Amino acid sequence: MARLEDIDALMREELIELECPEFDDDPWVTAPALADCRVAVISTAGLQRRGDRPFELGTADYRVILGETVAEDLIMSHVSTNFDRAGYQQDMNVCFPIDRLNELAEEGVIGSVAKFHYSFMGATEPEEMEAPTRQLAGLLKADDVNAVLLVPI
Amino acid sequence: MGGLAHYLEEDGLATTQISLIRLHSEKTRPPRALWVPFELGRPLGPPNDAPFQRRVLMAVLELLGAESGPLLVDYPEEAAKATEDEMEGWVCPINLSPPAPNGDGETRQHEIESEMKSLWPWYDLAMENRSSSNLGASGLTLDQARDVVLSFAKGEPSEAPVPGVSTAEGLRLAVDDIKAFYVDAATAQPGNASGRDIQDWFWRETAFAGLLQRLRKKLMASTDEELAEAGEWFLVPSSHWLEESYYR
Repeated sequence: MARLEDIDALMREELIELECPEFDDDPWVTAPALADCRVAVISTAGLQRRGDRPFELGTADYRVILGETVAEDLIMSHVSTNFDRAGYQQDMNVCFPIDRLNELAEEGVIGSVAKFHYSFMGATEPEEMEAPTRQLAGLLKADDVNAVLLVPI
Repeated sequence: MGGLAHYLEEDGLATTQISLIRLHSEKTRPPRALWVPFELGRPLGPPNDAPFQRRVLMAVLELLGAESGPLLVDYPEEAAKATEDEMEGWVCPINLSPPAPNGDGETRQHEIESEMKSLWPWYDLAMENRSSSNLGASGLTLDQARDVVLSFAKGEPSEAPVPGVSTAEGLRLAVDDIKAFYVDAATAQPGNASGRDIQDWFWRETAFAGLLQRLRKKLMASTDEELAEAGEWFLVPSSHWLEESYYR
């Protein structure tokens, strides 16, 4: 029901009015064939390793999530109350599809899965996430990542 | 999310993404995006449905093969909804005690303690089946988290309830841990209950949610700006800002 008409009126209005960053150009990097892609996930679900610092309102920092993460190592500390968490609580793959990616890698559908993945908390101004995202670009390349899967919440 | 894609592509990395709010993707024009019709919080679709999640994942990954963009593609498959039988099976096992009429603060505290006790067997069952929980962001035990929330409700708030974060953040984390406990218990039995189904149960039928509704109104009048903000926005979802007659 991520159709605007299915969202409660207050939040729908907020989403419609939300200012989005505008760009003058359309950058494009040609990806390798899927079987040669090393894929990393960047989530905006406010995910963190258990014991790591919880996300706080307005912060544009990110948390590192290891590729071998299992559900019991992961916690969601997003500040927003306005999305479903019950799905995630039953199965982290609804927003952090690491098991599905590992299955695709084992079958050779994708090349491999990155060693490190990352999460922001999406209730932050996108412009404030520019600097940490550009920092992540270097870290992702150091992990030989050549395709990034971005997953909102 | 679309902004992140722009920054990464500018820095030489190919991206593909799921889009939840189509309007936002239309505005930010990320290079490759798959809009999905699922509820917020479930970008890959329903929990415990690996084939469904895989189909969504493949659809978004296959956009990497495009030769030019920006692309905004609609995913055609809807997520399954619970049947009436499944909803009946999901709600009935959790037999909450009826609310005490005109309960004072102490009665409500006992109600919440009793309600949480009644949910423990379902929480334990959920943990046996899935061995994970979202409980733990605050670092408090469940009893400690409950006592933190009750202290605010009684007007004698715990100061710095969670080390290293502000009082308001500590309250928010304690509340989130207790909500996670309730949701884990409520979803102990498998089913296709949507997030909205579970939210309706929690916010309309539990004594703890009633406490949060009252606490929200109380904190909104706080002179502590951070507490007032946390109370207004981060305890109760806007979809469930209910009139008093609709909660316990």
